[in-house]
Amino acid sequence: MACFLVPAGEAIVTTVVQKIMEGKEKKAPGEKAGEEGLSWSRRLSWLNKLLWGGTILLVLEHVWHGEVVPWPPFLTAMENPANVAPMLHEMATIGVAMAVTVTIIWLMMVLIAESKAKATPEAEVKPISGGE
Amino acid sequence: MWLLMTTLAAVITTAIWYAKAPEDKYKLGSLSLMLWGATLMWLVDHVMAYLAEGGDFLEINLDATLLGIAVIVFALLAWEIMLLVSDPKGVLRKVLRR
Repeated sequence: MACFLVPAGEAIVTTVVQKIMEGKEKKAPGEKAGEEGLSWSRRLSWLNKLLWGGTILLVLEHVWHGEVVPWPPFLTAMENPANVAPMLHEMATIGVAMAVTVTIIWLMMVLIAESKAKATPEAEVKPISGGE
Repeated sequence: MWLLMTTLAAVITTAIWYAKAPEDKYKLGSLSLMLWGATLMWLVDHVMAYLAEGGDFLEINLDATLLGIAVIVFALLAWEIMLLVSDPKGVLRKVLRR
C-alpha cells in the first residue's frame, strides 16, 4: 500500500546528513573518519543508494499494481477511510522492517569495508573505488 | 517473479562492477546498490506476506514477469540519467561544443 514511504523517509534524513557531513569534511579534510580511510559521507552514500534505489523501484511496483496514482491523494488507500488504518499498519510493520533490514545490511557492509581497509597496507589502497 | 529478476540483475551488475573495480567510471557500483536496495525491500515484503498469509512465495505469471522487466528497464533508465548528468567521459560537453 505505502510501505515504501518508511525507507523514503529514512532516505531523506540520511541524504541531508550526508550533505552536512560532506560540508564538514570539505572544511576539515583531515578529520574524515577518524584514523581509517572511509569518510562518513562515503559510508552514507552507500546507504542512500540502497534506500533511494529501493524506494524508486518500489514506487514503480506500486504504480503497476494501481496503489499509487499521479493525482491527489496519490495513494489509492487514502481514498477510502476504511483503508487508512491497514495502510498505516503496513507501514509500521513491512515498511519499518524494510528500512531496518537495509540499514543492518549497510552496517555490515561498512564493518566489512572498514576491516578490509584496516587490513590493507596504505600503499596498496587506490584512490578510486566503486560504489560512489 | 520481479524479486527473482531484480536479484539476478543485482548479481550480474555486482559481478561486472567487481571485474572492473577499482575503476568505476560508469557508476556500476551505484546501479548495483540501487538494485540490491530494491531486492532487499522486496525480500522483506515477500517473507512477511508469506509468513502472514501463506500461499506461493513467488508470483510466477505473465504480469509479474512484465513487472520484473519494467523494474530492470526503469533501474537502467535511472542509471543512464545519472551517467548523462555526471557525464564521466565528457561526451555531452564535446557534442554541445561542436
